[in-house]
Amino acid sequence: MIALSDYLTLAAIMFSLSVAGIFLNRKNIIIILMSIELMLLSVNINFVAFSHFLGDLSGQVFVFFILTVAAAEAAIGLAILVVLFRNKRTIDVDELDSMKG
Amino acid sequence: MGFENIVFYVFAAIMVFSAFMVITVKNPVQASLFLVLTFFSCSAIWMLLEAEFLAITLVLVYVGAVMVLFLFVVMMLDINVARMRAAFMQYLPIGIAVLITMIAMMFMVVGGDHFGLEQVAAPARQAADYNNTRELGLVLYTVYVYPFEIAAVILLVAIVAAIALTLRRRPKTKYQNPDAQIAVKRDDRIRMVEMKAEEKK
Repeated sequence: MIALSDYLTLAAIMFSLSVAGIFLNRKNIIIILMSIELMLLSVNINFVAFSHFLGDLSGQVFVFFILTVAAAEAAIGLAILVVLFRNKRTIDVDELDSMKG
Repeated sequence: MGFENIVFYVFAAIMVFSAFMVITVKNPVQASLFLVLTFFSCSAIWMLLEAEFLAITLVLVYVGAVMVLFLFVVMMLDINVARMRAAFMQYLPIGIAVLITMIAMMFMVVGGDHFGLEQVAAPARQAADYNNTRELGLVLYTVYVYPFEIAAVILLVAIVAAIALTLRRRPKTKYQNPDAQIAVKRDDRIRMVEMKAEEKK
């Protein structure tokens, strides 16, 4: 039988991989967006696993909402990316310093 | 080792491998394709957890819509891969350090000592006539109906925002203005000229 800890460990590995992905590809916004999607996915694995092992469907409902928000976030993020590229001709994070942040 | 374990470990291995490839491959197109593979194997693992509706939703919404969007955007942009890769080797040591530290820390919390089969017993499998979609719908449209409507509004806002952000008018392109076309009057187009009838020769 597969224990709950196996699912949680899998989600932990996925989450750590996506955090490392943000560190490694910190110049490339597209890969950073993909890493954020991976993070949300690993959180969703936790929700679904707990929902199954505790016998409570609320976890799956929350995954549904997270999927909705993630889809909206991806759409708006990519739209911002397209506008950014149209104006700056680059998506390099280091060159996006017009706000002097 | 039962069939269930084989399914879990095979798909978990595919998932971790493809997630690793997403963050390490050079080409963003390949990265998004590996992300598709990650979502597919995750949906298989959700099937194992009896979350059939969400597993199908993951494939339909993510692989079908979001990843296609990613691919479109990646192919529309002209990305200088070589410059992006220059920072990769520079941040590799800290990336590996963060990866190992986070996995070790999280494993100490969620490992078999705290969430093993002794602590959280595996639930019995549902009967063959169990309908995950029906059960989820019963909860979603009663207890969570207000958050459900908020989710719908969030999607609407996302549609409006995405269109409003990317909409642009190019000044030099010619396009028809249906409003002006409909509103045109007879007098705008026709000028009556009075002149004598000419003799036929």
